Amino acid sequence: MNNQDTVQVTMTVNGRTRVEQVEPRLLLAHFLRDHLGLTGTHIGCDTSQCGACTVLLDGQAVKSCTVLAVQADHQAVTTVEGLGQRGGLHPVQQAFWDKHGLQCGFCTPGVMMTAVGLLQQNPTPTSEEIREGLDGVICRCTGYETIVRAVAEAAAVMAGEAGPSAAAANE
Amino acid sequence: MIPASFSYRRAESLDDALRWLAEDPQGSKLVAGGHSLLPLMKMRLAAPRRLIDIARVSELIGIREQSGAIVIGAGTVHRDLAGHPDVRQKLPALAEAAGKIGDLQVRNRGTIGGSLSHADPSADLPAALMALAATVDIAGPAGERSLAVEEMMVAPLVTGLAPDEVLVRVRVPIPAAGSRSVYLKHPHPASGYALAGVAVAVTLEPAGAVTAARVAVTGAGVVPFRATDAETVLIGDRLTPARIAEAAKAAAAAGEFAGDALMSAEYRRQLCRVYVERAISALVD
Repeated sequence: MNNQDTVQVTMTVNGRTRVEQVEPRLLLAHFLRDHLGLTGTHIGCDTSQCGACTVLLDGQAVKSCTVLAVQADHQAVTTVEGLGQRGGLHPVQQAFWDKHGLQCGFCTPGVMMTAVGLLQQNPTPTSEEIREGLDGVICRCTGYETIVRAVAEAAAVMAGEAGPSAAAANE
Repeated sequence: MIPASFSYRRAESLDDALRWLAEDPQGSKLVAGGHSLLPLMKMRLAAPRRLIDIARVSELIGIREQSGAIVIGAGTVHRDLAGHPDVRQKLPALAEAAGKIGDLQVRNRGTIGGSLSHADPSADLPAALMALAATVDIAGPAGERSLAVEEMMVAPLVTGLAPDEVLVRVRVPIPAAGSRSVYLKHPHPASGYALAGVAVAVTLEPAGAVTAARVAVTGAGVVPFRATDAETVLIGDRLTPARIAEAAKAAAAAGEFAGDALMSAEYRRQLCRVYVERAISALVD
């Protein structure tokens, strides 16, 4: 195989099967943005630090700037576009809205996808566990306080409790 | 940042990986999670002609107990290592180290074999694995061989692995009854890499006498190292603050430290001493 050869990848992205020819060096973040037009996945640092490009790969939060599209062949990807819809937001999206978990919004898609991944691993995180879970995302606006409140709120809602009364949400 | 072009093959078995690696050992790189390799390729510090993806080789993945050891497939991700009940119960230093690597997203992708094969001098796992007397099984054209983790860490980013070999699994002997272990880390506030990461494993008799001890340090020194002089100090009577302090001094004397833009060699030596002292103290009731 020549180095410039493309390979076929088949991926289920937000529930829809996508088949594309890609160069092996194509990053998943670029595949989502440039091949599929899903520009909700942001690229911030491009060096696996900031987490703005976080998506779910087979349900786990990963930094899509550090995954090759070919590595995700035959796997399922969820981006922020697949999280909820207008009028039917995902609890994490609704909580970010209600708790003002964003200012400029650039980091928000990645932070929310990380939060979804965190809550999948640990549905009832303490405030400290939320902070640890969000270690891989960088927000330059909020100081993280409102983000932590939003994730705690989402956890409470997803656990079926009355949101604001949950202990961590009030910290 | 976009890596230089390369060709890509996905291995279905260890045999695939070994065979393809043998075709061009110098020009090929194995990739599993890619969290050490892909950043290097994006910065064009590495430009392999071919990537061999071993992430889906099932024989390389998983954790099991076998003949007195916990055997960890090289392709096991840090998340699974940190959360595995047997690892948490029997090898706490290893579970703690795995849980402190990078961040949640990195732990979802990065693998134990990838970390060891990359040999970053600030990686968390080498200290825990050295303290727990782990060995690695390596497959090559001539069959399998084993190395102690100390022998894997030759120099920064240099390992005991030949270009045509594959790290297959890590074996960690289950410590004797009365054993305890801990991993204590002082992370860089921005990157999270260990400025000092200290793992200590001891075996105590019921009255507190120390029958076995291993101390290993990552991050602070030029390479991760075992502080055998400190271990000698620890073995014997029950642990007292004075003996712990003496062992910490021995560990700091044993390491090779270098200054860089972050801190001087002396500061690193001091950090090593303080963290060895705190780590050992954490094991005393």
